[in-house]
Amino acid sequence: MKMTRLRSLACHLAAPAFFICSVLIACTTMARAAAPFEDTMAQRTLACTACHGSQGRAAADGYYPRLAGKPAGYLYHQLLNFREGRRHYGLMTQLIDPLTDAYLLEIAQYFSNLDLPYPAPAPVQAPAEVLRLGQQLVMQGDASRKLPACVQCHGQAMTGVAPHIPGLLGLPRDYLNAQLGAWKAGQRRAHLPDCMNTVVARLSLSDINAVASWIAAQPLPANSRPATALPAWPPGLDTMQCGSAPVSSGSPGSPNLPGLPGLKAQK
Amino acid sequence: MKTWSRVAWGFGLLVVCGVAVVGALNVQDETNVKTTAAFAPSDSLIERGAYLARAGNCMTCHTARGGASYAGGLGMATPFGIVYTSNLTPDANTGIGNWSSAHFWRAMHNGRSKDGRLLYPAFPYTSYTQITRADSDAIYSFLRSQPAVKQPNRPHSLDFPFNTQAALAVWRALYFRPGVYQLDASRNAEWNQGAYLVNGLGHCSACHAPRDALGGTPDRLALSGGLIPMQNWYAPSLISPHEAGMQQWEIENIVGLLRTGVAPGASVSGPMAAVVTGSTQHLSPPDLKAMASYLKALPAANVPHQVAAVPRLDGAVFNAAAAVKLYEQHCAQCHGANGEGVAGAYPPLAGNRAVTLKSTVNLVQLVLGGGYAPATAGNPRPFGMPPFVLVLSDQEVAGVISHIRASWGNQASAVTPLEVNRIRAGQAK
Repeated sequence: MKMTRLRSLACHLAAPAFFICSVLIACTTMARAAAPFEDTMAQRTLACTACHGSQGRAAADGYYPRLAGKPAGYLYHQLLNFREGRRHYGLMTQLIDPLTDAYLLEIAQYFSNLDLPYPAPAPVQAPAEVLRLGQQLVMQGDASRKLPACVQCHGQAMTGVAPHIPGLLGLPRDYLNAQLGAWKAGQRRAHLPDCMNTVVARLSLSDINAVASWIAAQPLPANSRPATALPAWPPGLDTMQCGSAPVSSGSPGSPNLPGLPGLKAQK
Repeated sequence: MKTWSRVAWGFGLLVVCGVAVVGALNVQDETNVKTTAAFAPSDSLIERGAYLARAGNCMTCHTARGGASYAGGLGMATPFGIVYTSNLTPDANTGIGNWSSAHFWRAMHNGRSKDGRLLYPAFPYTSYTQITRADSDAIYSFLRSQPAVKQPNRPHSLDFPFNTQAALAVWRALYFRPGVYQLDASRNAEWNQGAYLVNGLGHCSACHAPRDALGGTPDRLALSGGLIPMQNWYAPSLISPHEAGMQQWEIENIVGLLRTGVAPGASVSGPMAAVVTGSTQHLSPPDLKAMASYLKALPAANVPHQVAAVPRLDGAVFNAAAAVKLYEQHCAQCHGANGEGVAGAYPPLAGNRAVTLKSTVNLVQLVLGGGYAPATAGNPRPFGMPPFVLVLSDQEVAGVISHIRASWGNQASAVTPLEVNRIRAGQAK
């Protein structure tokens, strides 16, 4: 009797367990088995997301930045910069070398239109005074060094300004340090006039570390989309010209750039 | 003493004769550059020149990455050092602003610069010599119509003795004879036009012909395939049925490949993608059809397919089960569980000659670096393959490539991790 009851209990337990296991196995197989082919941009950009993470959410290692939700003009300019040798990463350059401006723009718009949640920032590992310096440079700049605040161009919420200026949040410290270091070393360039080059030239290496450390620790605001307009330029500070992002003076941008028709802030 | 002096005299005579022969061979069919014809090109001549410059793919090499079009400065790595392309814009001091059409013709036809210097054959005058004076003048007129860019030419960086004009003269004596294409009366006009384009401006032999130790292509017209020096890409044979011979292809598919970069079951990659984007996609339908007809009519080489004598799924080289698993994990999603591919998006691997090619460098390049088919007017939104260089080890790349080369009816030799490593390190053998 006892045995039968036990057996029956076992059976009762086994059936759902078997069911759960089957579902689990089915799920894993489905995940592993090929997603069906789709004639979509997601399918076309699998070559990108292999490194930049699923849907362009960034790779775990910190060196392949997020693409999802960045301003389309910014992404487009970076693709051009890689293809034309103003940014250097062999794999990127080689991959997009045979693609046209029109297709690169479409790729940029595709990733820009993805509105996906951000992960929480990594915990801060920097002394308080470093973070204080970082915050000050990002939010206020340093007038004595003619250094504009980062937020002056990248938006008060640091989520960028559509369509050309990237947000600063959601990027790991290693990536920010690497990029600012590359600007300083002349390894990363943009269309002339190259305003970031001017700005970074006025930062010391410890400034860069402070800025990167503080920014990397900031969570995304509820609305993580890029702003639609720049903050007013503070009086007394020299205006800046940016070839890849007409900023304060309404400069037309680099003349050899095709326009970005229909590129407005999404949402 | 007498014997000595006789030997010395004999040797001296030999040297003098040699120099004379080399010298004479270098001024064969020499151009008179003293003629001063008036230069007043018509718009239609300039337009014709723009088209021919596309056919010759001049801009791809004469433009540095991100630099001004035709202003030169691109470094071309060769086994003898780096050759920098020259400024072809009409700037008077740094470009060809002071060149006459005769100077330009002499460069194209004789391989000599305005000042008489012998030019390095990285500039494929060994092929361009086939074009007519009229076509040369059209290209010249087009280049003169471009915006002048002041950009001094960068001196080549070549090792001794390759940096000397004497070495170049010897090379030319061995490998170069000037000569405009001669019509073959036994063939029709279309075939002749195809031959003119393929062997002249198209300079297909620059990659698709085997190179010897001195970088010469003595067997230029055979187009029997060659490893592109320094680039680690193999330009497959255009006459072998096991490589890229098109004798069995429909003309429209050959045209399609040149026009769009893709054809049923095939797509171009590596340096050929640059040829399609920079040159062949811009050519007229009749010219593409002519090239296709010529390529299709090339006599097929009677070469046996090298069936794998090398161990295939050999546990000593790699673990077969692991390779199958890697394929399922990384490749099957696009190329299919049975290597069938997806029509119009991903090439099949089963029965694909690019997969079973004797040289494995292209496959390794593709797996390591990934890549997109070229975006062309006929295929504007190509699909792409991710790079695996950071994901898979040499052992794994070798395993998965060996697996696809020996599956679904494919019968080709295995690839060793060492071969993968050579490409990874940029040193294909």
